[in-house]
Amino acid sequence: MDILIYTVLTLCALGVLAAVLLYFVARKFKVEEDPRIDEVEKMLPGANCGGCGFAGCRAMAEALVVRDDISELFCPVGGGDTMKSVASYLGKAAPEKEPRVATVRCGGTCEKRPRTNTFDGASSCAVASSLYVGETGCAFGCLGYGDCEAACAFDAIHVNPETGLPEVDADKCTACGACVKACPKNIIELRKKWPKNRAIYVSCVSKDKGAVVMKACKAGCIGCGKCVKVCQFDAITLENNLAFIDSDKCRLCRKCVNECPTGAINIIGLAPLPKEPKPAPAAKLSASETPAAKPSAPEAVAAKPSAETPAKQDNAPQAAPQSVDNKQEQ
Amino acid sequence: MKTFPIGGIHPSDEKKWSKGSAVETMPLPDTVTIPLSQHIGAPAVAKVAKGDKVLTGQLIAEAASFMSANIHSPISGTVKSVDMLPNAQGLRQMMITIVREGDEWVEGIDRSTELVRECDLTPAEIIERIKNAGIVGMGGATFPTHVKLSVPAGKKAECLIINGVECEPYLTSDYRTMLEFGERLVVGTTILKRALGVEKAFIGVENNKPDAVAHLRELVASMGAEGVTVVPLKVRYPQGGEKQLIAAVTGRQVPPPPALPIDVGAVVCNASTTVAVYDAVQKNKPLIERVVTVTGKQVASPKNLLARMGTPISSLVAFAGGLPEGDVKVLNGGPMMGRAMVNPDAPVTKGCSGITVISGAEAHRVKESACIKCAKCVSACPMGLEPYFLSKLSRKKAWDVVEAHNVTDCIECGSCQYTCPAGLPLLDYIRLGKQTVMGIIRARAAKK
Repeated sequence: MDILIYTVLTLCALGVLAAVLLYFVARKFKVEEDPRIDEVEKMLPGANCGGCGFAGCRAMAEALVVRDDISELFCPVGGGDTMKSVASYLGKAAPEKEPRVATVRCGGTCEKRPRTNTFDGASSCAVASSLYVGETGCAFGCLGYGDCEAACAFDAIHVNPETGLPEVDADKCTACGACVKACPKNIIELRKKWPKNRAIYVSCVSKDKGAVVMKACKAGCIGCGKCVKVCQFDAITLENNLAFIDSDKCRLCRKCVNECPTGAINIIGLAPLPKEPKPAPAAKLSASETPAAKPSAPEAVAAKPSAETPAKQDNAPQAAPQSVDNKQEQ
Repeated sequence: MKTFPIGGIHPSDEKKWSKGSAVETMPLPDTVTIPLSQHIGAPAVAKVAKGDKVLTGQLIAEAASFMSANIHSPISGTVKSVDMLPNAQGLRQMMITIVREGDEWVEGIDRSTELVRECDLTPAEIIERIKNAGIVGMGGATFPTHVKLSVPAGKKAECLIINGVECEPYLTSDYRTMLEFGERLVVGTTILKRALGVEKAFIGVENNKPDAVAHLRELVASMGAEGVTVVPLKVRYPQGGEKQLIAAVTGRQVPPPPALPIDVGAVVCNASTTVAVYDAVQKNKPLIERVVTVTGKQVASPKNLLARMGTPISSLVAFAGGLPEGDVKVLNGGPMMGRAMVNPDAPVTKGCSGITVISGAEAHRVKESACIKCAKCVSACPMGLEPYFLSKLSRKKAWDVVEAHNVTDCIECGSCQYTCPAGLPLLDYIRLGKQTVMGIIRARAAKK
């Protein structure tokens, strides 16, 4: 019995001693922290995605409180509203940024970009791209193993098994940029987010010459430059056989969409402009060349994404790429 | 019998398919494509443009820096283009395309088969000739040979090791080279010895090639090559790895990077490279052809072919009887370290020692299941790494931890993946980790 009492008493004494010690240590080494950091952290979404460039929401909150000028800081997940409330709480000027959305710039579906081999290795885009070109003939296109899907913390991007391409759910996407970093082919871009998720973009990143692109994929940009000529806002640039639409300059006028001979310019949430009747000589040329275009013609028609495109327009694309082909062979 | 101390595996050597076929010379190709990057280091700089006439053996691309190699035209004809073309992996690379017209050689190349034994050049002159001939390691690593031979100040070469191990299953190009070009190999060895100023040279050969060992021993004795010893080694993969071979022959361990074999006083040179050194120094012949094994269980007539660089690999396969029916995996190299090709028209390059055709069910990997922590990969790793751990961390993108666990030591031999009972793609992820960490290290060095 004695042993029990002594044991209990000793432990109690030790506990009291440790408590007193800890109390003084805590007083001595107390870290003074701005209480606003906690408040700001609560206002942030708490996703810890790193989209702002900081390690997490806490680090972002610290930066927001410490820095006088917060115009460079922006939480892509919370967006303008969150930044406004944080700024008003801290009494600083709110940074303004247009909302952005991740955009997958590859239109090489299984149908349009036939598989030329099978990949047997680890199912990861990073691994495949470190080894070889991929399962298709295109060296730039989407590999389809879903590294972007794995990187997304918001369940906003998914590989569609039918097309083999990732699709972004624009309502869920926070433009944190995790998928942009995960993609070894640099296909995903953060573009300006229009109301109703409208978008027009070149759905291809191939820098190959037109003839090479045509061989590998029926939906690729062949660098013909027609879209550049028709654009009134200088939004489209052509570099290394690839057209690029600057989403900050584009006004969604849709003129380029009909010009593209391969349908590489994607249009979302908008109906394409009505087709103007082609000038007579061009129409004749395309009509006469259609039968000569052999097997590619019916396939291309079948591969058109929707019924929005009238049949007449399908004839034109056949003629244009071929003329580009010839130019390059000469 | 000697072998290396850590790890290693013993796959079936499968040399029987092609070991009996004597080296045949491929008919000259009509068109060749020559990549400007056939070696480790900076790509060579093209010296020709579209429309230029070139002769066989003419310099068409010059080494961009010390760590680079010259490239010579393997045929005579007209340059068709200098453009980005897909390589064996389908990735775009700068290549020179030449259309053949006859076979005219540049002057000054001795094409006779007569053996020239005497060499009284100084080491600097020998290295200069090797550099001019654009010789790189032909075992597959394609490290420029003149860089290897230029021993940095403060370090001393003590011995030369000729790598005739050819531990990679299926391949027999080095084996046939040792058997058929043995005299050139022995003279090449004495030249390399002279260039390095070393007394001792070893020719390491695995004992699954007893005839090569006997043949080389006889030649060394009859030709009076002093200080050259033929060392038979116990069959074990990856004995042909530079560090493994040094450990097997000398018993010395090369420390982890950035240490190089020269830090333990050894210089290793592949058997085919040594023959190329002979050709370059004694015959003034640049590196424009090499022996390529085309082999596989289903290949109609496996062969060892002497092909000019730039010859389309598809024509070599066709020469050996073509591809079998059904699912086929064509490997640029052997089954362990070779890389699957997607572009059969890719050219033969300086590092292309063989084409292995794997067909049917063997062409597919086994299905992946969970790691059971059996540690077979750990005991198989010849570098003493922990493959399961590196692979898992690479998958999780923990690059700092991967770096701390010496992923850059990995020689990508594939022993771990070979032993894995769960069929895990260990090497796929380790290689990814290694590449990423190398990039991080380079970026860090550039910042400083």
